[in-house]
Amino acid sequence: MTGDRRPWLIRAILLVLLVAGAVAFPKVFTNPAVTNYGVLALIFVTVASAWNIFSGNSGYISLGHAVFFGSGAYAMGIAARDWKVQGTTVFALLPLVAAVGAVIAVIFGLIALRVRRHTFIVITIAVFFIFQLSAFNLRSFTGGSAGLNSPFLNWPSAGYNTPFYYIALAFAGGTIAIAVAVRRSRFGLQLRAIRDDEDRARGLGVRAMRVKLTAFVLSGAITAMIGAVWFYYINQVEPQTGFDPLFDLLIVLMAFLGGYGSIAGPVLGALIIEPGTLWLNTQPQFSGGYLSEILLGAVFLVIVLFVPRGIIPTGGEWVMRLRTRGRPAVVPAVAGAAAVGSTAGSAAAGPASTGDAPAASPASKGGAR
Amino acid sequence: MARELIHAIVDGILTGGVYALMAVGLTLIFGVLDIINIAQGVLVILGAYLSYSLSTRAHIDLFTGLLITIPVMFIIGIVIHWAFIRRLRGTERTSMTLLVTYAVALIIEGILYKVYGANDVQLQASYTTSSVHIFGFYLPWIFIYGFIVAVGLVVALYLLLYRTRLGRSVRATMQDENAARLVGIEVNRVAALTFGIGVAVTAVGGMFFGATNAFNPNSGYDLISRLLAIIILGGLGSIGGALAASVFMLTLESVVTVWQPTWAIAVFYAALVLVLLIRPAGFLGRKAVRAQ
Repeated sequence: MTGDRRPWLIRAILLVLLVAGAVAFPKVFTNPAVTNYGVLALIFVTVASAWNIFSGNSGYISLGHAVFFGSGAYAMGIAARDWKVQGTTVFALLPLVAAVGAVIAVIFGLIALRVRRHTFIVITIAVFFIFQLSAFNLRSFTGGSAGLNSPFLNWPSAGYNTPFYYIALAFAGGTIAIAVAVRRSRFGLQLRAIRDDEDRARGLGVRAMRVKLTAFVLSGAITAMIGAVWFYYINQVEPQTGFDPLFDLLIVLMAFLGGYGSIAGPVLGALIIEPGTLWLNTQPQFSGGYLSEILLGAVFLVIVLFVPRGIIPTGGEWVMRLRTRGRPAVVPAVAGAAAVGSTAGSAAAGPASTGDAPAASPASKGGAR
Repeated sequence: MARELIHAIVDGILTGGVYALMAVGLTLIFGVLDIINIAQGVLVILGAYLSYSLSTRAHIDLFTGLLITIPVMFIIGIVIHWAFIRRLRGTERTSMTLLVTYAVALIIEGILYKVYGANDVQLQASYTTSSVHIFGFYLPWIFIYGFIVAVGLVVALYLLLYRTRLGRSVRATMQDENAARLVGIEVNRVAALTFGIGVAVTAVGGMFFGATNAFNPNSGYDLISRLLAIIILGGLGSIGGALAASVFMLTLESVVTVWQPTWAIAVFYAALVLVLLIRPAGFLGRKAVRAQ
């Protein structure tokens, strides 16, 4: 802490530059094809960050966030249709959409969060399919397989993307701010305690169900709102686009590519993957769809197998190694760990050995059975 | 009405037998390796396409073709385990394997699209079209043959697990990997063989699925979500549970289809959710599994 102001200053300058660049982006690139990339990338930055607030912090990987995304889009569409809301006032419906997302998250979470880890993943998939099927089958409510069209927005067609860009940017910025706030709070600490060892966290007085559910609801409400924005941007929603199984996979891929559980990771992942897939789909040799699918799977495999912690943590390690020229950067870490070990006794063996995976996992497996 | 109901129940039980075989493969892989193999669904479809190629190109009978497709799928399973699964370590291993197998599923699906295209196909043979008349309704022979083969293979798997040395190693690894290692079981080899066997059964499942449904490379998602629901309902890692849950779920779906064809699959998942509300470990799941 002493006199170490410069990294803080550099960070602040970088942040200002980043924000200025993001704000200026549609002014510099006025081509709608380019701003389209920007809008969709920011929508996915929001979704991936919202996903990360719950899944990245708690360790419960949700493969059902499309439930919120699609429900948000449908809630907006149905409300606008039934109440005949037109023009820019539709965005006044966003709090309602957030409420819908939150209510769904409470019910979904009360069911799915009773079980742990991999059963949770499977239940999120099951709930996802129930929602997709409902969107297909409840014809009078959701419009069936034809889906819903968004009401007409009387915005000038030149630069139509620009307002959407700023809305998406506001959402992305807000979600990142919430993610930072969660990470620094006691709440975020409790979530990460659950990720590391739920039983121990519970034993230490963390109300696991309440904490998990709160994060799930927060994440779901944000995802629902950005789903509604996406619906207005795309102008329509169908069951297979609103509730898209590939959507869930893409978010997870974004988070893992950038760095699962970190703040910047999902943002970076979304900024790489979403424009990447959009660009691939415009290339004629990828038009069949199957090649981009194979490529997506291959990228995924490479990341999980070779950069399992994502670009941000692994990159940070490399930078650290360059800076310190191979010497260990933080020597006191060992002493610190030893001190913790001596005070907390055998209890410290768990957290201390989390990095030492092969030794830790069979032990925990044996213990759990 | 009563006749339709009996038909639906018989249908459900016979189809459930085949799903049981696929689900046993999945739950076995989970029990031994702590992996949920998301690729199981698309592997079933791959098995179906292999049968399709053999029957249309080489004119090999579907059931004879199994003698080729089962070993092929076994080898594919071993290769997937060797190339990807084996390399994963760490505290987040189970979640990572889910993502890895999902990625494998995507790649296989993409390859199937490239080779076979997106059009629906269905396996054809004399016994897929001709039916037998029992209890006042017609039942295609494929349901009966498929059920017999599936039950035979489930029994064979049971004997393998409970009557052979390999089976004892597999069960020991399922109970406690460390202890198994300590008594001299080559856990890695057991894991590879289990993955191979778990995938090999998809050849049979695929043949039956392809003969009773039109399928395309995208059909794997529907299958895997059903299979996952079945093994969770039965209790992860429980073979008896997988058998019971398959027959229960498929019969339930089949019976609901009589009244509400569009909602049958939702009932399937709703049943999963309801059962988990009452018993979070599934029908026959051990309580400890829940703690993982």
